[in-house]
Amino acid sequence: MTHFAAVLLFALFASVVFGITQRETPQRMVRYGAYCFALFAGSAVVLSWVMFLIAR
Amino acid sequence: MATTPTKLSAARKDTQQGFVYLPLIAGWLIPGAGHFLIRKWGRGALLAASVLGMFTIGIAMQGKLYGGAHDILDMLGLAGDLGNGLLYFGARALGLGADQVMVTTADWGTRFIVVSGLLNVIAAVDAHNIRTGRKA
Repeated sequence: MTHFAAVLLFALFASVVFGITQRETPQRMVRYGAYCFALFAGSAVVLSWVMFLIAR
Repeated sequence: MATTPTKLSAARKDTQQGFVYLPLIAGWLIPGAGHFLIRKWGRGALLAASVLGMFTIGIAMQGKLYGGAHDILDMLGLAGDLGNGLLYFGARALGLGADQVMVTTADWGTRFIVVSGLLNVIAAVDAHNIRTGRKA
């Protein structure tokens, strides 16, 4: 398993739990879960680029 | 349509009957069981799949299960692992996650196991909140 696949799986599972537990209606759960997933995955990509540029 | 005070008090009384901590304890011991007890089948299935999936992947990545608390970081890791409930005790009984493996994916696996425990605790508390009527 690649690091990126692990990040995506981590983001998926955590987002599902956050979405269900932090919001009350199904529609808001889905929206919040998608928002968390985008933040997890997006921040991992941004931080990876930052570390790559620092290490050069 | 507005809910009448009689209906509200009846619903509140209904949520207070029985042992209110049962979904919390069941949810901690078996992922998703707390939601199943309060008949939230879909939410329970998704939470169970997430926690079980994360724990299984963590073990498959040769992640470490914390067995004792030698320093503060071990203590925090053990607290996270214990959140998995019976999964943790079952895996320990089977001898899984006992070896210290020096590969990068093993480090990821250790984090997956700790986080699955923490997510399971959040899910169990959510089941308790629904049971007490704090959440719909």
